[in-house]
Amino acid sequence: MALCGLKACPFFPTKKMEQPELPGLLVNEVGRAYGVLEAHVDFLKKHFHLITMKEFLENKTYFSRKIKAIYLWWHRPVVDRELLQNLPNLKVIANSGVGMDNLDLKLVSGFGVKMANSPHAVSSSTADTGMTLLLASARRIVEASQIAVSPDIECFPGNWMGEEVTGATLGIIGMGNIGYKVALRANAFEMKILYHNRKEEEQAVGAIYCKKIENLLQQSDFVMLVVSLTPETHKLIGKRELELMKPTATLINICRGRIVDQDALVEALQTGVIKAAALDVTYPEPLPRDHPLLKLNNVIITPHLGIKTHKTTRMITEEAVANILAALNGLPMCSEVFPN
Amino acid sequence: MKEYIKNKKDLSHKIKAIYMWWHKPAVDSEFLQSLPNLKVITSSGVGVDHLDLKLISSFGVKVANTPHAVSNPTADMGMALLLASARRIVEGCEIAVSSDTKYFEADWLGEEVTGATLGIIGMGSIGYKVAQRAKAFDMKILYHNRNQRKQEEEQAVGAIYCKKMDDLLQQSDFVMLIVSLTPETHKLIGKRELELMKPTATLINICRGPVVDQDALVHALQNGVIKAAAVDVTYPEPLPRDHPLLKLKNIIITPHIGSATSKSRWVMMENMVENILSGVNGLPLPNEVHP
Repeated sequence: MALCGLKACPFFPTKKMEQPELPGLLVNEVGRAYGVLEAHVDFLKKHFHLITMKEFLENKTYFSRKIKAIYLWWHRPVVDRELLQNLPNLKVIANSGVGMDNLDLKLVSGFGVKMANSPHAVSSSTADTGMTLLLASARRIVEASQIAVSPDIECFPGNWMGEEVTGATLGIIGMGNIGYKVALRANAFEMKILYHNRKEEEQAVGAIYCKKIENLLQQSDFVMLVVSLTPETHKLIGKRELELMKPTATLINICRGRIVDQDALVEALQTGVIKAAALDVTYPEPLPRDHPLLKLNNVIITPHLGIKTHKTTRMITEEAVANILAALNGLPMCSEVFPN
Repeated sequence: MKEYIKNKKDLSHKIKAIYMWWHKPAVDSEFLQSLPNLKVITSSGVGVDHLDLKLISSFGVKVANTPHAVSNPTADMGMALLLASARRIVEGCEIAVSSDTKYFEADWLGEEVTGATLGIIGMGSIGYKVAQRAKAFDMKILYHNRNQRKQEEEQAVGAIYCKKMDDLLQQSDFVMLIVSLTPETHKLIGKRELELMKPTATLINICRGPVVDQDALVHALQNGVIKAAAVDVTYPEPLPRDHPLLKLKNIIITPHIGSATSKSRWVMMENMVENILSGVNGLPLPNEVHP
């Protein structure tokens, strides 16, 4: 009991030693659309004093100096100049996932703040998502499951068919970590694999390099987009590219919605320029409820579930925590991202 | 069949072969008796559980199926169902287009396939192709089969033999059924087997509905004995519209489309024609099935 009669007084520590104060970690919220996962909270609290944006905004004076790191989940909280100016002790921002298109890297770096993403955690589950969408689209799984439970069905339609995946040609646009893992999986389905990348990569997976994206588009039965969103890749797939694709081809997008000219895609799907599409990403997410893509029969849309497994989300948080702790202890980070 | 029934007298002697597409026309003793010159029946697909092989053989008629035409698309289908179930694709699509969706929940998660354990029950051609595909996802592969495969074959896909099916059931995150339907495999997976599975496991059936005790499956899915199921086959097909399986959220059902690709259907047709021509010309059938 302190002299002033309070059980615990901030100016006179009690005899029982307090735990050393954990560094403050700013997160958007817990759960809902853009919050860190409930299941990860205990783990985060082992290493950090967790502060939500709401708590921070309600008591900026108290919290602003305590926050040493930010953990972004689904690109939130939004990091702008104002936020950076209010966090004088901020050392590091860890982004969940691999895409960094939500951050102004130069701005953040200008404040002396380091940045990291979590590339190792995401590659397998995103590659799995790519194959899932490819197979689900080719074999018309969503449609089929609706037929199987439809109240109107008396017998299964005899002439109902999908496209064969084994032996088909897959064109991968973007042969980074994720693209490579997609190629490994597709290889086991005896698919012929073409790829287009900024540069040719040494491969053990038998993929054929297409220096010109046009060659890949013209030959592929399935075109899968696995690139980062940059000014160069924005609307990489537009009307011209869609018209180069086979009319029997399917476009699969597992990277960022803005890589595709969405209006051109709608038109291509409506007029049979390409056969079908499977999109885990759109812009915006979710699409407005009256968007034409939602009405088309030949498109599957999934709610950006590329990394959404219990295991991968856990690994992302673990990778982020490791990066943050390294930065706070003056050690190099495994997955530092530099503005370039 | 319509023409034949209208004009049995003229046509019955002319019929030398039956091209059975999706188990039709059905063949019974009476029908066989009325076709004195029948030499061969070719059946689409690989399953022959719908045929009384002894009966047909007693009439001196040969039977052929199309085992090779179906193995790739069926293996692909097995993987498609495994992935669609694990990653909640059907549900995900509904969320993405639902008029009620305002944002995507962060806490909405599926199961990781990479690195998970797949137990394959039935390691024939289709089972082996599934193993080849699953290996590329770094899955740990267990298998149960009447006979153990050769060591080189096991090593090529990293598959571990489980002599006891129970061991496979207890360790697998995904259990995939790829056996032919015979008296031995009828209700192979019942209450006991489902209870041996992990409560976090998914059952995938791409062979025949009766291999699973369907009532036991309903109970297991309703009570969390297993997590989920994905079935391309049921009994009957289609299920009655008021069947409990149609109401469950933790099952994907597809309408027996394992071999439903334009490519494989074409190959099937070619195989069947080849077998018919061999049969009619007294040559050995490439894909004969013996009783």
